[in-house]
Amino acid sequence: MSRRERLSVNGVETVGAYTLLRLDRGTLDPGAPGQFFMLEAPGRLLPRALSLCLAPTGELAFLLDAVGPGTAALCALEPGDRIHVFGPLGNGFRLDVGRPLLVGGGIGMAPLPYLRAAIGDAPVVLGFRSDRHAEAAALLPAAEVVVDPVLVTSCIEDGYDVLACGPEPMLRAVADIAPDAQLAWEAPMACGYGACYGCAVDIGGELKRLCVEGPVLAAA
Amino acid sequence: MSKDLFLRLLNASGCLDALTAPEVARGLDGFVTKTITPLPREGNAPPRIAETAHGMLNAIGLANPGRERFLADTLPQLRELGVPLWISVGGFCAADYAETCAALEDVEAVELNLSCPNVDEAADSAAEIVAACRRATALPLYAKLSAAHPDVAEVARAVAAAGADGLSLVNTLRGLAIDPRTLQPVLARAQGGLSGPTLKPVALATVFACYSATKLPIVGMGGVTCAQDVVDLVACGAQDVALGTVLFSDPDAPVRIRTDLTSADLDEVFAAAYKKSAVLA
Repeated sequence: MSRRERLSVNGVETVGAYTLLRLDRGTLDPGAPGQFFMLEAPGRLLPRALSLCLAPTGELAFLLDAVGPGTAALCALEPGDRIHVFGPLGNGFRLDVGRPLLVGGGIGMAPLPYLRAAIGDAPVVLGFRSDRHAEAAALLPAAEVVVDPVLVTSCIEDGYDVLACGPEPMLRAVADIAPDAQLAWEAPMACGYGACYGCAVDIGGELKRLCVEGPVLAAA
Repeated sequence: MSKDLFLRLLNASGCLDALTAPEVARGLDGFVTKTITPLPREGNAPPRIAETAHGMLNAIGLANPGRERFLADTLPQLRELGVPLWISVGGFCAADYAETCAALEDVEAVELNLSCPNVDEAADSAAEIVAACRRATALPLYAKLSAAHPDVAEVARAVAAAGADGLSLVNTLRGLAIDPRTLQPVLARAQGGLSGPTLKPVALATVFACYSATKLPIVGMGGVTCAQDVVDLVACGAQDVALGTVLFSDPDAPVRIRTDLTSADLDEVFAAAYKKSAVLA
């Protein structure tokens, strides 16, 4: 059940080129891996959609890449600050797979730590654009890590149930290799609950709202 | 209508899907649908939204299932919510609007979207469209106008003369945002409709001018984020108020604003504003 609540910041940690924002959970449900939350970005009109990275006891933790004013404002939060958080929203990963392989590209690794905790000890492959970005792989011990120009898709072997999150070109490449993959997509969202129609993506030749139909979708 | 508030709190068309968020819709005194056109529309290619300094741009492009599927599938589901329904009607000529109006019955009101900034404009004038719809239905007709018109009060007079029962003010204003990295427009369609707090002074001026010109009932909207914004619109002549962009960041806004409006201290301010709007010149 999704709810909107004001949560306190417990901690803000640097993880390589990224930031891990730890919030007191309040009464919010962490939801299923791949689901997302709308986080109030201080000073901005619209909240930002972020998938849950970790769900330690009593906390919700989000991995952030400060790519714009909203994510920068979230990364600048300090312990004790409070922000509105709404969620969990959307549809997460199906966990009933036989031989999972988790694939992440860049900040797209965000939902994978929580996913691995839920799905059991699955192998993980991660691709990053630099060594500094790759330091975030510490959140997924024993992951296989490649750095640009090596592509993460070169690490995907046959016979796995692929669960992937990353930039759109990576997801399309994963879909070509693993047509049964579950892919977590991203799109700009104003609301996260089907109201704004802003996050429409082409799904099977039809424009659909990613927040309602996704963000995790079957590749084929 | 909530007697405590003297007004109805609605959503602005296109800012809420009552079927995916029924609990939000039930917090309103009426649900205004996304604009229905005769034929289905996929809407514009993404990206469709962009945040600006104190507002946002959207170029959704009237995505909707079309009149036939709306009447057969969507409308019956909406009726089950038990919330009074306002149907937003769009088209590309007067006959488009009139045919949809003729097909509607047993709804609270019809809002004629005469001002979507994200599609090509209808060839017929606002007054021609209202006149055609007036002949097609006895339902209350609200004309939704744009503040971009050089003399919106004159348009308001024209639609009043053509038989409009009320006005919805304002629609978004056309705007554009540039991606600082690419120096290209953020939106695929380049231009979109500007909404949010940045729009509020424009909404106040438009409501003020159109109320003075017509004395028609007005649904005021544009940048409402709190109870004081509602009071301000009422002071300018709005009878009812709609929430738009605020619903994106705060789905609890209808409940929050209603609670604040009925709080003791604001109640007096609100009553004063309401009386003032009734005597505005």
